[in-house]
Amino acid sequence: MLKTWSIFKREVAAYFLSPIAYVMGAVFLVLSGYFFSILLFATRTASMQGTFGNMAVTFIFVAPVLTMRLLAEERKLGTDELLLTSPVTITSIVVGKYLASVFTYLVFLAVTLIYPAILRHYGSPDMGPIYSGYLGMLLFGAACLAAGTFASALTENQMVAGIVGFGILLLFWILGWASAAVTGPVGQAISMLSILKHFDDFQKGIIDLSHTLYYLSFMFVFLFLAVRTIDSRRWSA
Amino acid sequence: MIEVKNLTKMYGRARGIEDLTFSVEQGEILGFLGPNGAGKTTTMRIITGYLAATSGTVRVAGYDVFEDPMETRRRIGYLPENPPLYREMTVRGYLHFVCEIKGIPKSRRAGHIARVVEACGLGPVYGRLIQNISRGFKQRVGLAQALLGDPDVLILDEPTVGLDPRQIIEIRELIRSLGGRHTIILSSHILPEVSMVCGRVVIINNGRLVAMDTPEGLGRRLRGSRCLAVRVRGPRDRVVAEVGALAGVRSVSVEGAEAGRSADTSHGADGEVLLSVETELSADVREALFFKMAERGWPILEMRFVDLSLEDVFLRLTTEEKLEDASEVAAGA
Repeated sequence: MLKTWSIFKREVAAYFLSPIAYVMGAVFLVLSGYFFSILLFATRTASMQGTFGNMAVTFIFVAPVLTMRLLAEERKLGTDELLLTSPVTITSIVVGKYLASVFTYLVFLAVTLIYPAILRHYGSPDMGPIYSGYLGMLLFGAACLAAGTFASALTENQMVAGIVGFGILLLFWILGWASAAVTGPVGQAISMLSILKHFDDFQKGIIDLSHTLYYLSFMFVFLFLAVRTIDSRRWSA
Repeated sequence: MIEVKNLTKMYGRARGIEDLTFSVEQGEILGFLGPNGAGKTTTMRIITGYLAATSGTVRVAGYDVFEDPMETRRRIGYLPENPPLYREMTVRGYLHFVCEIKGIPKSRRAGHIARVVEACGLGPVYGRLIQNISRGFKQRVGLAQALLGDPDVLILDEPTVGLDPRQIIEIRELIRSLGGRHTIILSSHILPEVSMVCGRVVIINNGRLVAMDTPEGLGRRLRGSRCLAVRVRGPRDRVVAEVGALAGVRSVSVEGAEAGRSADTSHGADGEVLLSVETELSADVREALFFKMAERGWPILEMRFVDLSLEDVFLRLTTEEKLEDASEVAAGA
């Protein structure tokens, strides 16, 4: 636990000492700000419903870039030899690094709190859907970052990690369109796996346990796969 | 302290190392010598737990590295071939981070780091970013990292590679001073280096153990002499005396088992004698030996050079660092 904390601290420092956090933060915030203001001018309602959805889609592109460095770079530079031969479990390493990416994401999200503040200042928005929307953003973003972390465990090439991470997220995004193409229970079952489908209720103000469980299991599965991937590499090369 | 038994590592169908067995005593400095690609790094990575072996066992301080990885890792300091450094950190920040992941209690950290920094001569770069310090200092930061936590065992993979001659001497001195308190395995492809620092040397080539000896013993076997195995049917003592008298022969010894059998020959006929004949490197005594034995009427049943693989290894090793460099370094040290 203490070691997870050490890994986490070092990784957060690495994020904010390199341009990556700033560049990706800027991209994410510029796009979010654009969606927020455009939707506000278009609808003239004090609500963030559409904004959350667009922020979520934007983050599908941002998440793989944030996480691609995490484990791939360690392997490339040989620093994984330090971590993996220290008395630290692979789970501590993966979780510590993953939480650092989640923390960075939370910093981005914290900046977007300015939008509800603006709404509160000039209007009287219904705060319920905004709170639940932020909870949804947190769960959704954390799930995306878990998939990206797994992709980063697969390779020592950051570029490949980024592309694979994006591919995984894209796949889970377009699964949601399956209900349109495939009718019946099969199409419905496939679209149940969609990473964005489960987000909808959050921005409407509904906190559903099943959606929460979906995101938590999504995170767990990909972090578990990342740990197994690193562990299994000891046998191959 | 370290026991390696029948260790084999396959990379798919390619062989990394095969059936390695050796052990290292408490406080000993063992040199691991072999050309590039011989399997030195693979062996060290298995000992440190970075890689898993295909078969065989490694025990460190009585713990199996596969069964109790946390226990063995706590006792091992490891300097990989490329020092595992985070470029964006300062030396100070890096060493503190290593202390944290090695689980050194906070109260002991400051004093401990100060001692290691002192031992590795890192004072001048302590506050600087790792990406801005020289190769020599990076290597020393890597060594400092391995020393943190006062591990019983140090595994150092080519600790002097890429350094300039003065830095090489300093690092060698440092490693030598660590012997006794720490059990050390050090790899190198430079023969003079290991003979200077190590109490015992293991030579591996193509993943197999070729020789294990003290540096003096190896030096004698490698540098000055050639060894000839000769099997002769004749009276043992007289054969030994005659062969020993040939020009260019340094010493003659009778191999154990054969000697016993030849003593049994009571019915007049002479037994077989297997001789190990050590000669000058420049001298080829085979013809002289043949004529001498023919003259006496003792048939030569077999004659061959032994340790050819060792010479082969030696040749490859010495191409990396010329002997004059070695004597220069020795004079400096």
